[in-house]
Amino acid sequence: MRSSSRLLALGASAAIIFAACGGGASTAPTTAPTEGASTAPTETPVESMAPFKACLVTDTGGLGDKGFNDNALKGLKDALAAGYATEIKNLESKKDADYASNIDLLVTDGCQQITTVGFNMGDITATKAGENTDIAFSIVDYAYDPAIANVTGIVFATEQAGMLAGYLAAGVSATGKIGTYGGLPIPPVTDFMDGLYAGIKYYNQEKGTNVSLLGWTPGVGGAAGTGVFAPADNPWGNTDFGNNQAKAFFQEGADIVLPVAGGTGIGTFTAAKQAQGEGKKVYAIGVDTDQYLTAPGFESVILTSIQKIIDKAVADAIKLAHDGGLGGTNYVGTLENGGVGLAPFHDLSNLVSADLSSGLDALKAKIIDGSVKVADYKS
Amino acid sequence: MSRLPIGVASIIWSLVAFGFAVQFFLEKAYIALGVEILIVIAIAVLSRSAGGRTFLNRMKLPVLAIVSAFIVGGIVLILSDLEFYTKFGLDPIGTLASSLGRVAEAYGALIVGALGDPGKISTALASGNANKIGIALRPISETFLATTPLILAGLGVAVAFRSGVFNIGAEGQLKIGAMFAVWVGIWVPLPGPFHVLLALAAGILGGALWGFIPGILKARTGAHEVITTIMLNAIAQQVMLALLLSPVLQPPGGTTPISMPIEASAQLPLLLDLPKLRVHLGLVIALLAAAWTSWLMFRTTKGFEFRAAGLNPRAAGYAGMHAGRTIVLAMVVSGGLAGLAGASEVLGTTHYLSPTISPGYGWDAISLALLGGTRPGGVVVAALLFGALRAGGPGMALATGVPIDLLAFISALVIMFVAAPRLVREIYRVKLTATAPSTPRPQETPT
Repeated sequence: MRSSSRLLALGASAAIIFAACGGGASTAPTTAPTEGASTAPTETPVESMAPFKACLVTDTGGLGDKGFNDNALKGLKDALAAGYATEIKNLESKKDADYASNIDLLVTDGCQQITTVGFNMGDITATKAGENTDIAFSIVDYAYDPAIANVTGIVFATEQAGMLAGYLAAGVSATGKIGTYGGLPIPPVTDFMDGLYAGIKYYNQEKGTNVSLLGWTPGVGGAAGTGVFAPADNPWGNTDFGNNQAKAFFQEGADIVLPVAGGTGIGTFTAAKQAQGEGKKVYAIGVDTDQYLTAPGFESVILTSIQKIIDKAVADAIKLAHDGGLGGTNYVGTLENGGVGLAPFHDLSNLVSADLSSGLDALKAKIIDGSVKVADYKS
Repeated sequence: MSRLPIGVASIIWSLVAFGFAVQFFLEKAYIALGVEILIVIAIAVLSRSAGGRTFLNRMKLPVLAIVSAFIVGGIVLILSDLEFYTKFGLDPIGTLASSLGRVAEAYGALIVGALGDPGKISTALASGNANKIGIALRPISETFLATTPLILAGLGVAVAFRSGVFNIGAEGQLKIGAMFAVWVGIWVPLPGPFHVLLALAAGILGGALWGFIPGILKARTGAHEVITTIMLNAIAQQVMLALLLSPVLQPPGGTTPISMPIEASAQLPLLLDLPKLRVHLGLVIALLAAAWTSWLMFRTTKGFEFRAAGLNPRAAGYAGMHAGRTIVLAMVVSGGLAGLAGASEVLGTTHYLSPTISPGYGWDAISLALLGGTRPGGVVVAALLFGALRAGGPGMALATGVPIDLLAFISALVIMFVAAPRLVREIYRVKLTATAPSTPRPQETPT
């Protein structure tokens, strides 16, 4: 009895204290218009600019993946900085059922352009674009055939950059063995691995070497390829698997490993760094972003990265919408338009001889002019 | 003996509550304030020694656990804001006040995100515009939508717990159930109600099968169900992925692990035919399942055997009950309910299957069973709370920029406090006899 009345009394008195000091202060945190509060004040739009709200729905991988979700958000931030958008918002999805509700929530919130991420959102983006024909959508890693009038599908020819990575790895490898594994056996992943295979094969033909690839054999004539993949319950964040698989590859004699499995790859970087500590000359190749920059601590390990320039494509789609366009085309990032490419070699550039470097440039030129096709080197 | 902890707790909570008042009275969201006042009154009422009133006694622990979790969540929200540290030295009172305002704002947005804005709802209803009504009612619809699989999976785990079987496999049972249901939804040509009923039955069957395996393994070989159900979760995920990448579920020419959409005749009908409202018949099924579970556990001989096995398997054996059969049956019922959760999700909400169908409903189910005191009614209430947290999260993130991961943190804290009744008892100086009859009386500790 006594304790409860005391509790109420304490509560009431505390409330009064708060009333005395809280009124003015409580408005302070509400003014920031964007998610990233730190960027908000510096990019306050000038008065004359028409407001344009660009929004993002991540897939279940969420922000912090240092992959396509983070990159798509960077695209939004770049658009904000460049003035194509005056306000940006984002929502993370935790399950399939969230995609529809998150898009609905952003539509209700007044978003004029909405970016979605990943093939999981392919169908729902098409549906919601149909429901909201006045809103411009773009979707990363997905394209429609035929294209939808108010959607920009953003896809990447990663096999082209992957082929360069294969050529590079074959030239750098001292043991003549390269390893790779994927997150899931799906084209956005296996395209990297097909490219890697093709690049190694091209190198072998050009130099008469016999460099081999462990962990992936492309399928022939439309059949699925076979290779090593992470356990499906946690394909993108399983650092234990990434670590063990890299060690297994090193054991088999590989000295360069390409993990195509998001955060799982960090485990591979760790294994390579550990092996370097034991005096082995082993390296890894990053994916999606320049992981030399996005995975700090592994500078000595990352030979290069197969980059998809997602942020630029996302920002371009926002610019399109800002300028009054809605979409209706698919964007394919290639070596030619700079949408995919190899990241700089940074600290490991001494591993790449002038000969190898010029060979890479020649291959790149041939892929761009169409005289070398990745598909011709898949078997 | 000091009353310090309860004093501190009530001060913090009152500050948060008053933050609500300031923020939301002005913005005419009375509901936030109302809920706050109710919670504060609830603390006060429950702080009284409720003596013989067992219901109040039973509610004490979960309510206090929830309140504690939100308080700790608020503190973490304040302390995780880097600006707090830089500004605190300059203006401690103002900074603290604005931080508390931020917490209040986040929790307020959470409540509005989960229940809707009463102002908007009344204007929308008055306008009679279907689209506006849909948008205004969307939050509460989303809460019920998120609650549906949680109730079903929570019931499944609760039945097993009551029967003395620790079914950690609801996640796998749910996925197998979803898979069976989707298969029927895609391939079996049947007209309207028969199709959806068969798909639901298939979901129950799939989950029951996935529950039967650890049940029979335990009954026949003594294999511990915690180990086998966890392993079966991993197997379920792999089986599901394999089938999603095969012609069994994948559309022709498909390359990604997403199934074909189910036939319209296999879809669970929506409860309200208004734009944006996704809540479907699965909610009604879940509530019926709760009633059925309650009847099964407390009104039937089988249920008595389940509970007897849970309380003391040896005594149940002496009384002539067949222990092995009870375990298997309890696991089948448990798995079937979890399977129904998966079926309801694919037949009612997504209409297709993919590996990310569940954000961990099966794991939440374990928490819900504990929070609900392994009683069907308790599970429903707990599922509503978790459903509201899940559904209100995006609204909170959108309005205030607070990441939804805070809510996972709060859910975990709720469970931690429920699992540690003594901690709650020490903080709030209350008796929790009904919820924890066998735990020893608290030691006197200096505070």
